[in-house]
Amino acid sequence: MKMTDFAYEVKEGIGISFQAIRANKMRSVLTTLGIVIGIVSVTLMGTAIEGMSRSFNEMVSKLGADVLYVQKFSWFSSEEEWLEARNRKNIDLKQFRAVREQGTTINTLSPIVGNRSPIKYRSITSDGIFVSGVNEQYATVAGLNMEMGRFFSQAEANGGRPVTVLGYTTAEKLFPNETPLGKNVKIGAHTFRVVGVVSKQGSFLGMDNDNRAFIPVTNFLEKFANHRRGISIQVKAADINDLDNTKEEIRGIMRKVRGVKPGAKDDFAINQQEMFIQTFNQIGGVIAGIGLFITALSLFVGAIGIMNIMFVSVTERTKEIGIRKAIGAKRSTILFQFLIESAALALFGGIIGIIISYPLSLLINQIMPTSMPFSVVGIALFISVLVGVVSGFLPANRASKMDPVEALRHE
Amino acid sequence: MQPVINIKNIKKTYVMGAVEVNALVDVSVQINKNEYVAIMGPSGSGKSTLMNVVGCLDTPTSGLYEFNGVNVSEMNDNELAKIRNKEIGFVFQTFNLLARSDALHNVELPLIYSGMKKADRKALAAEALSHVKLEDRMHHKPNELSGGQRQRVAIARALVTKPSIILADEPTGNLDSKTGVEIMHLFNELHAQGNTIILVTHEEDIARHAHRIIRVRDGLVESDTMVEERILPGIHA
Repeated sequence: MKMTDFAYEVKEGIGISFQAIRANKMRSVLTTLGIVIGIVSVTLMGTAIEGMSRSFNEMVSKLGADVLYVQKFSWFSSEEEWLEARNRKNIDLKQFRAVREQGTTINTLSPIVGNRSPIKYRSITSDGIFVSGVNEQYATVAGLNMEMGRFFSQAEANGGRPVTVLGYTTAEKLFPNETPLGKNVKIGAHTFRVVGVVSKQGSFLGMDNDNRAFIPVTNFLEKFANHRRGISIQVKAADINDLDNTKEEIRGIMRKVRGVKPGAKDDFAINQQEMFIQTFNQIGGVIAGIGLFITALSLFVGAIGIMNIMFVSVTERTKEIGIRKAIGAKRSTILFQFLIESAALALFGGIIGIIISYPLSLLINQIMPTSMPFSVVGIALFISVLVGVVSGFLPANRASKMDPVEALRHE
Repeated sequence: MQPVINIKNIKKTYVMGAVEVNALVDVSVQINKNEYVAIMGPSGSGKSTLMNVVGCLDTPTSGLYEFNGVNVSEMNDNELAKIRNKEIGFVFQTFNLLARSDALHNVELPLIYSGMKKADRKALAAEALSHVKLEDRMHHKPNELSGGQRQRVAIARALVTKPSIILADEPTGNLDSKTGVEIMHLFNELHAQGNTIILVTHEEDIARHAHRIIRVRDGLVESDTMVEERILPGIHA
């Protein structure tokens, strides 16, 4: 078959399908409804998944990709591993100092230890503030920006001076009408002078990063933990591309200072946000897969609707098929005619589906940062056409194989 | 001269459940260019089966069918579709126009299937419609036309590809007698212009427009005679 012949047949097929769709408006709309619902649910699911992963990435990027967390527990461990890890020695400031003194591939590092405590300023008390003991490098390690004032200095940290830096929300609650700088607040039973306020951080995995306060780590251990609490160490690597080296270096230092015998397993963990991303991608992938599968089911139902109506259409138009065959339509001509019709029907549903789901995706955008990706629109239209072609194939094939004599006799 | 249609000892058997029906037992027919032939027979005679075989809508179970010297008895569906498209113009009792398309598009359809360019086929279709005196009805749909006009659209559709034969199956069966006479007049004209016409009918009056009548009964050719007193309404009227 020449390409031009094919083009004429396709053009004729498009004309016929629009005629047929127009002639059965109600039926076409109802049939299309299945595809509309399918496309709406698939595109919205796609949008939601996109939003989920986008907000996760935004949150994770705040953690800093180049930060290592030296801790007693691994972030992701089996119950057994966790029970084993419970018996490990705490990490203490001595080990922190060893890492600081021996590490050569480290940009900045800070110990961190914390608990929840009320903070009081005059008559205002704010409960459940997450108070962390850190050193002066923490602002750099955690990528904190200052809203006002400054982070405490090395001298203040080393000297265990009673100074504090408040999180954004904490400062707002305690000092609704005045500047917090230079004011004395009571953290638990102890008085601290506010030297700075951190700018807004947002929340991550349910933890409000603004409802916090920072004090020198030595102060924390002395006043809130009787020196018995273990700490974690946060390390910002000198070069993000060399993160693995930094990790190995810290591992060596930690093993030595904790006296781990050669060949024995580490009795500490070095966590990094990469693990979060991996785990999220796994969980997110499963959620996305299940979600898309369930929504795809509705598209499948729509496809069955189209197949059904195409069978009806083929039967109704048996005579027409006979006429077309008598005057020279080949099998392939009839096949294409009906395939084009079912594809047009499904595409029509897909376009309406996108028109409906676009404003709905803007609603989703109110809840999470997302927009309907262009790829989703393209894929949705492609899927509709595919659904139309696949579900139209059996009816179209039946039409194409009709015996012209039988078909012409049909009334 | 080579006959347009050369049918030799064809047989057509249908299997209906457990029963075999011999619709055509042994039929041989030759039809030459510019002949005007009527195929007659009562229902069940095999007349319709013969017409379907002649029209390449169906293939014989055995025997030879040559169309313009080409063996069509063993052609596949696509090859038969091509023969129907280019060589045969069908005219049916029930007109068989596409209800949703206007007259012009109905006439244009065979040319679409033969892959002709749009401008060319529009021109040819319009010409065919004016040939049957429907140039002012080109954009009417079948339900906006009278029975006679519809049949003339169908005849225009049959003519538009300049086929080797025009195969008309009871072309006046759904028309009143006056309109029927008009349509037969048109066939006579087409024959006079050099077309080969095969008329399938059970009406003696209609058959006698042709100059040769082939009578079929029980799957056999009962008689094949020349008509002595032809009815020529176009000439007598």
